[in-house]
Amino acid sequence: MSEFIRPSRRSLIKAAGATALAGTIGMPAISRAQSDVLRFGHLTPRTGFLGPLGEFAVMAADLAVEEINAAGGVMGRKLEILKEDSVNPQTASTKAERMIERDKVACIIGEISSASCLTIAQVAARTKTLYVNTGGNSDALRGANCNKFMFHVESQNSMYVKTCGRSLMQQGLVKGKKWFSLTADYAFGHDLLKVAKRFMEANGGQFAADKLVPTDLTDFSALLIEIRNAKPDLVISNLAGNQITNFLKQYSEFGLTFPVAGFGFDTALAWAAGKDNFGGTWPVVWHHLIDTPNSKKFVQAFTAKYKKPPENQAWGDYLAVKIFAQTMNEIKSTDSMKIIEHWEKGAKFDVMKTREGYFRKSDHQMMHEMYTVQAVGASAKNQWDIFTSSPAVPAANESLEIIATTAEENECKMA
Amino acid sequence: MSTLFLQQIANGLLDGVYYLLIALGLSLIFSLGGIVNLAHGAFYAIGAYLTVLLGPHIGFGGAMFVVPGLVAILGVLVERLLFQRFYRSDPILSLLLTFGLAMVAEQMLRMIFGAPPLSYSIPSWLRGQIFLGDFIYSRYRGTLILIAATCVLALWFLLNRTAFGRVVRAGVQNPDMVGALGIALPPYMMAVAAIGIGLAGLAGVLLAPIYSIHPAMGQEIITPAFVVVVIGGLGSFWGVVAAALLVGVVKGATIGLGYPQFATAVIYLMMLLVLLFRPRGLFGERIQRFE
Repeated sequence: MSEFIRPSRRSLIKAAGATALAGTIGMPAISRAQSDVLRFGHLTPRTGFLGPLGEFAVMAADLAVEEINAAGGVMGRKLEILKEDSVNPQTASTKAERMIERDKVACIIGEISSASCLTIAQVAARTKTLYVNTGGNSDALRGANCNKFMFHVESQNSMYVKTCGRSLMQQGLVKGKKWFSLTADYAFGHDLLKVAKRFMEANGGQFAADKLVPTDLTDFSALLIEIRNAKPDLVISNLAGNQITNFLKQYSEFGLTFPVAGFGFDTALAWAAGKDNFGGTWPVVWHHLIDTPNSKKFVQAFTAKYKKPPENQAWGDYLAVKIFAQTMNEIKSTDSMKIIEHWEKGAKFDVMKTREGYFRKSDHQMMHEMYTVQAVGASAKNQWDIFTSSPAVPAANESLEIIATTAEENECKMA
Repeated sequence: MSTLFLQQIANGLLDGVYYLLIALGLSLIFSLGGIVNLAHGAFYAIGAYLTVLLGPHIGFGGAMFVVPGLVAILGVLVERLLFQRFYRSDPILSLLLTFGLAMVAEQMLRMIFGAPPLSYSIPSWLRGQIFLGDFIYSRYRGTLILIAATCVLALWFLLNRTAFGRVVRAGVQNPDMVGALGIALPPYMMAVAAIGIGLAGLAGVLLAPIYSIHPAMGQEIITPAFVVVVIGGLGSFWGVVAAALLVGVVKGATIGLGYPQFATAVIYLMMLLVLLFRPRGLFGERIQRFE
């Protein structure tokens, strides 16, 4: 018995002390309100299957704030950003509420999960605080669930589907073709599947099968066997987060040769799959190879600070912080109603692409160009530049709105 | 039954093996020390990250030997500094300890390597597919199964056919009696922790080329592995093996029947049924200490 050491009172006290200390470190540092400081709230998942993308969002938001302060802040005040892990829809709304009511933030920025966007938007509407969604794609957020206090820098699912769909039509993979789709089994995936079906039916394709995949499924071997057996003309991924990386790695492992495309995508997930495994055609809202002066400047600043290029989620959060600061400086007000009025009037913004972007009044969706990227395979020259990009979609002579939902497809009634 | 369905059952059997290396270590550490090691997944994650770090220098083959060793050394440190203080206390304390440890480990991985997932590919000499009639399998997974099976057999041999194993098994049943016979159990405890945790490290090496490598990957695998241990029955070696295969088959059948959306939920349903009708687990032995 003496061989076993019982925990002593002292060691328990030490453990308790360590726990308390760890708790303090984990707490966000919040200083009391000062009039010479302006605060923005930033919420995004930093853990869980979307966590890896959330980290890029946080890095980009920090970079934006740094640049804004270096350029004189917002209306002469120093900008501060309160950042928290949104964890899940319930926690996201609790934290949004606390940021607004206790920390008096001027606005909320962020999110990747469509489900959490919805709960934050409800808090935003109730407290009349502006919220800019930087990563939630679901059409429903711009349709049935739209609201006056929520704007979207991130593109909606329909924009992703129609952008990638164009490439697929050019490759002859739609009309009369059989698709096998894998869909993330939660709000985002369901919404995306609906939009994908609408596109496919309108353009003469059909489903060989459509399978829902739990977000915590890591092994795709069983689904790969199903795909191989169904012999589809195209495999479509409506997956999200780490699912995409797992799928790409294992698809390459099983050596299946059906073309792959996806309707939801993040560059970091392709980087994680690696150039040996990344394949297919995918839509992106922005990528680090876009050849415009401001885009290059952003990539340069980000790479200098973090030793890796920004991925598309970084673009969204960087842009949202910048747009807020620019608007407040221009209209000399942080008042939500005044900002909404300014944006709804069609204010234009440099979104680091060839054309300027603007928020569409009917559903608050940012109208801007999108891109499809195509994997280049193992011949890629480094671990980041593993794809080539299509020209901007829509083309220069087309309206930016043609890839977005029409009022019939996705009706938004703003209160 | 269609051949596709049979393929799914066969693939399921193989799928189950991935949980095995984690589940066996969990079960071993629990049966001997009474510690529910929630940090076990963290050692798996550390194994995967070490593979990414060392792979380019020592190759995948080298990582397969070096990384589990390094993780086992880490395991010994954790056992000496932390676990051994909790062997005789309320299991809830060790549960809290390892839960905290898992969080600390995950956060450290995030601080050192960043939150974005890292890439690691199957080495070229293990790429390719195996075709058996209609059945397709990747050569890499074939290799993985052989390695896992070797580990399981070696572990069984160690526990059941050696002097070391006899002491460990006696320690599981009645540690006081082992002490009374003049055998010091702590070195055995340390060895068991090293083996169990080393196996988790090995699982990290083996799965790094096919799964996404991210800080929370430990969390991802610990829950299903724990479910396997509960279904199989604590303390039963073959129970855990059988449960891992069973879980794989049921998952495969669920997908084969056309309900992939329930593929992960179904294993929790199995656990629920086992807890309701056979709380000891399918092959669980009665362990005097835990009665």
